[in-house]
Amino acid sequence: MPDVRIGVYVCHCGSNIADKVDCAGVAEFAGGLPKVTIARDYQYMCADPGQDLIRKDIKDHKLNRVVVASCSPRMHEPTFRKTLESAGLNAYFFEMANIREHVSWVTEGREQATEKAKALVAAAVARVFYHEPLYERFADMNKRTLVVGGGIAGIEAALKIAASGNQVVIVEKEPSIGGNMAKLDKTFPTLDCSACILTPKMVAAAQDENITLYTYAEVEKVEGYVGNFQVTIRKKARSVDMDKCTGCGICYNKCPAKVPNEFDEGLGMRKAIYVPFPQAVPNKPVIDRQNCTYFQKGKCGVCSKVCPTGAVDYAQEDQLVTEDFGAIIVSTGFETLDPTLGPQWGYGRYDNVITALQFERLVNASGPTQGKVVLKDGTVPKRVAVLHCVGSRDLNFREYCSRFCCMSSLKLAHLAKEKTGGEVYSFYIDMRAFGKGYEEFYNRVMEEGIHFIRGKGTEVIQRAGELFVRTEDTLLGKYREVPVDLVVLNVATVPRADAEKVAQTFGIQRSPDGFFLEAHVKLEPLKTATDGVFIAGGCQGPKDIPDSVSQGAGAAAEALSLIEAGKVKISPVVASVDEARCGGCKACLALCPYGAVDFDDEKKVAVVNEAVCKGCGTCAASCASGAMGVRHFTDEQILAQIGEVLAV
Amino acid sequence: MSEKLKLAFYWAASCGGCDVAVLDTDEKLLEIAKIADIYFWPVAMDFKYKDIKALDKDFLDVCFFNGAVRNSEQEEIARLLREKSKLMIAFGSCACFGGIPALANLYDPEEILSWVYSGSFSTVGKNGTRPLTRVSVPEGELTLPEFYTAVYTLKDFVEVDYFLPGCPPPPELILGAVETLVSGVLPPRGSVLAPDKTVCDQCPREKQDKKVAAFRRPHEVIPDPDRCLLEQGIVCCGPGTRAGCGARCVQANMPCRGCFGPTDGVVDHGAKLAAVIATTATSKDENEAAERIGQIVDPAGTFYRFGLAASLLRGKSLKEEN
Amino acid sequence: MKNGDFEPRIVGILCNWCSYAGADLAGISRIKYPANIRIIRVMCSGRVEPTFVLKAFAEGADGVLVSGCHPGDCHYGEGNYKAYARKVLIEKLLHQFGIEKERFKLTWVSANEGERFAQIVSEMVSEIKEIGPYRPPRERMRELQPGAGTPPAPGWLAEEELETAVAGGAVAGE
Repeated sequence: MPDVRIGVYVCHCGSNIADKVDCAGVAEFAGGLPKVTIARDYQYMCADPGQDLIRKDIKDHKLNRVVVASCSPRMHEPTFRKTLESAGLNAYFFEMANIREHVSWVTEGREQATEKAKALVAAAVARVFYHEPLYERFADMNKRTLVVGGGIAGIEAALKIAASGNQVVIVEKEPSIGGNMAKLDKTFPTLDCSACILTPKMVAAAQDENITLYTYAEVEKVEGYVGNFQVTIRKKARSVDMDKCTGCGICYNKCPAKVPNEFDEGLGMRKAIYVPFPQAVPNKPVIDRQNCTYFQKGKCGVCSKVCPTGAVDYAQEDQLVTEDFGAIIVSTGFETLDPTLGPQWGYGRYDNVITALQFERLVNASGPTQGKVVLKDGTVPKRVAVLHCVGSRDLNFREYCSRFCCMSSLKLAHLAKEKTGGEVYSFYIDMRAFGKGYEEFYNRVMEEGIHFIRGKGTEVIQRAGELFVRTEDTLLGKYREVPVDLVVLNVATVPRADAEKVAQTFGIQRSPDGFFLEAHVKLEPLKTATDGVFIAGGCQGPKDIPDSVSQGAGAAAEALSLIEAGKVKISPVVASVDEARCGGCKACLALCPYGAVDFDDEKKVAVVNEAVCKGCGTCAASCASGAMGVRHFTDEQILAQIGEVLAV
Repeated sequence: MSEKLKLAFYWAASCGGCDVAVLDTDEKLLEIAKIADIYFWPVAMDFKYKDIKALDKDFLDVCFFNGAVRNSEQEEIARLLREKSKLMIAFGSCACFGGIPALANLYDPEEILSWVYSGSFSTVGKNGTRPLTRVSVPEGELTLPEFYTAVYTLKDFVEVDYFLPGCPPPPELILGAVETLVSGVLPPRGSVLAPDKTVCDQCPREKQDKKVAAFRRPHEVIPDPDRCLLEQGIVCCGPGTRAGCGARCVQANMPCRGCFGPTDGVVDHGAKLAAVIATTATSKDENEAAERIGQIVDPAGTFYRFGLAASLLRGKSLKEEN
Repeated sequence: MKNGDFEPRIVGILCNWCSYAGADLAGISRIKYPANIRIIRVMCSGRVEPTFVLKAFAEGADGVLVSGCHPGDCHYGEGNYKAYARKVLIEKLLHQFGIEKERFKLTWVSANEGERFAQIVSEMVSEIKEIGPYRPPRERMRELQPGAGTPPAPGWLAEEELETAVAGGAVAGE
């Protein structure tokens, strides 16, 4: 090995590091470490002059290893690796000491911070000594994209990708695409009808030759890696042959079994064979076997008898298909909080307390009341209360703000006024009208004569058959009980019940609120911890339609940038076997979650499939012979780091 | 080779098994005798330290040193033999890595002495009398070697040229080593004179995925003679132990005990063994994992049975004195 | 030594995806915690071997914190389950080596739990301050390099004890 010559660069990060760490002192200390040829401190290492400094030193001082002590390697490791490459040095002869996130930003005392920074620099120097040149490889990128969840975000993503000429598959759990938006009547702030703007997109998705729809289907398993995912999809038995069915609707007109309609939030009824809503895509029915007389009792069979094309197929079974994709967009949406969790809201206890989505269905022309806002007894309410923040911004339920709930509450208040002509009360904590045209919409609704009461609707009670909303009117400084006929609860937006399972299937992390976690809260809102898996829409957090659409389009751009590159970079940080030492115990085989370790029966040794290995190092950690190693995280490197981190 | 090889054998903290292993070379020993003269072999013949002290530096060609170093006499002789020998061989697991005696490093010397001189059931005269390193009697001063705080490997005191592990080293390996030394074509200094493969490589048993639902001790089951012992829940050190023994324990339906130590490049034999054994018992249910691994009795004694003195920690810290 | 001046040194071995990111978040959120921990990054807690833990103690660490993703959230699926299995055995080993259980921890910290990470470190630091420093055996066992000339110190009886024993008339041997 040629003489090891290490350059150490201690970054001030303006005052971010220098305020707490004696950077010059750390550089001086580093200069005295073994094999360190040059050590400097500098204002901003990541800026061009900082990188130029490294490049120049590599040339002038014949450096062959570089340590930068600055921010987290999760931030700038790629930046400095490129710097090394541009100076003709292998990118992996680089190590970073995290003296910002792990030192200056978390430490009170300057002395302690400086000492800790020295320890981390010493460890990085010890580690980089053992670094070896590694080379990135490339694998072909499968050009097909999987979109999971056919709400507005997923549809938008699919349409954008399809428009580029690439193939997309949408997997939707429900019998129709459309998601939550399909349930809405009007959309703020323009009050255009939800179906009018959504339906064309749904139809476009169905008709696009580059888009394949798998509705009533779920993803079971995801294997592989960016560029080459193998996805197993369960296509649930519809009991209807999609090719034969013409969508004539005779079956569900004749079906005798009635079930509360979940699309109408339980307000209306549907049949056991049904399409969820008139504009459903595909507009072909599905049998809900749990509620079907034929499946439960073995009798009936009406739908089969009346079907003119013989499309009803009771014997149909779930189908598992495995398809290959290069990128995955997860847009599985959100749910709303179960309002029975807060008995004080009166939901389920009093007839005329409903949720916002139920109200959307009531005002919708194709809803259970054909668009009439009526009470349980069929009369039109004279006084309607809309409660914002039900379960949102509430430490007993959800700490976060549901974000679009102010605006949707304003819309509901407007619709209630329009449909009933009665008095409408809006109970709010404060009004968050943050988007384009939102404040204007707020002003418009205020002018419509809605009563805005600044106070959270904390309790709904019933006295002598009359409903009252209790609140502290913070403008009047008084407790109030407002008598009303109908209460609309705008309940919190929450992660879907299956979010945990979905997260695990796709390798997505979740934030403490339970929504999917993006790779960076500000700069990478669509990427996840798993390369090639993107998130869009309400699954990441409460989002209104414009934001969901933007994210859908953004996720499409993420997927397309991979597809257009045609190749995916494969990290050289993978396991490798020293065949001369491997004793063939086979302990590593079962450890690999990706099946990347095979056994060579001829040589009686383990073999790593580098294209499949993701470099976690679990196999190396369990190889007692030391034959299995993982590049860039070798025993030597880590042990050197442990030794030095304690030497200061 | 015109002159005969000049050999020395020594036993330090050891059981004598290594010396017996030399005899186990059977009639081959006579062949060795033809090409070599033995200058020192306390277990077999009556030699005096003063005779060795009288030899010139590097007079001996090879010294086979077995046993760990536990007291001042063993250290003194190790240094003496090193000086007089061209090649120093750590012979057997104790000299190489401390061996069984080094398990004493899990105890304070005081605990050991009080057990030996008053606590144990077989101790006669439990009045607490202990031997001293020096004592004056009318005839003069009597001395005994000093008992060290810990058991050491040979390498801790002198430079070792080659390591020949095994408890004891099997005859084939001994003869192989002698042949190598006679040939004059020597491997790099510091080499272990055994293959850099693991016991599994020599083990004829059928191996599959290793997933252990329950650990059992060898006396609790009669293992299937054809299947991997570890897969049957018997803690076997084969996956992390150097080959060279011909996998003779596993062929006798007993698990590998690890006497050949680790392969090259492994820093801590016991820790590597613990890693693989624990991982075979992985469960998504934390309680289940804890229960399975709880069935491993005495992990330090199991995984560091032969290697404690050469391990990272080398034993237990002595009790605080402050 | 069990006093307020003692500043323990803790080695943190953190997985890249959850716990290291969680520690980064603690920084980004400017949450202050004791400077006693020195963090080393691995890709997965499944990479953490008992060797690393023992190495840290052998080098004089007063504590070792291993941290990975919450069960079920491992970036690689199941690495953290392996870390857990090893942790159980490491605990047993450390016990036999006389190392107190407070000195070794395996925790789960997600990328979003910066505050939790800071809290775990603070707690561990104060627990270890309570029990005092760890003295690796090599400090007591004279670490002799090959050929090192220094004779080992007397072994089994301290000087004073020796004198007392001789004065008391104890006899060598029986």
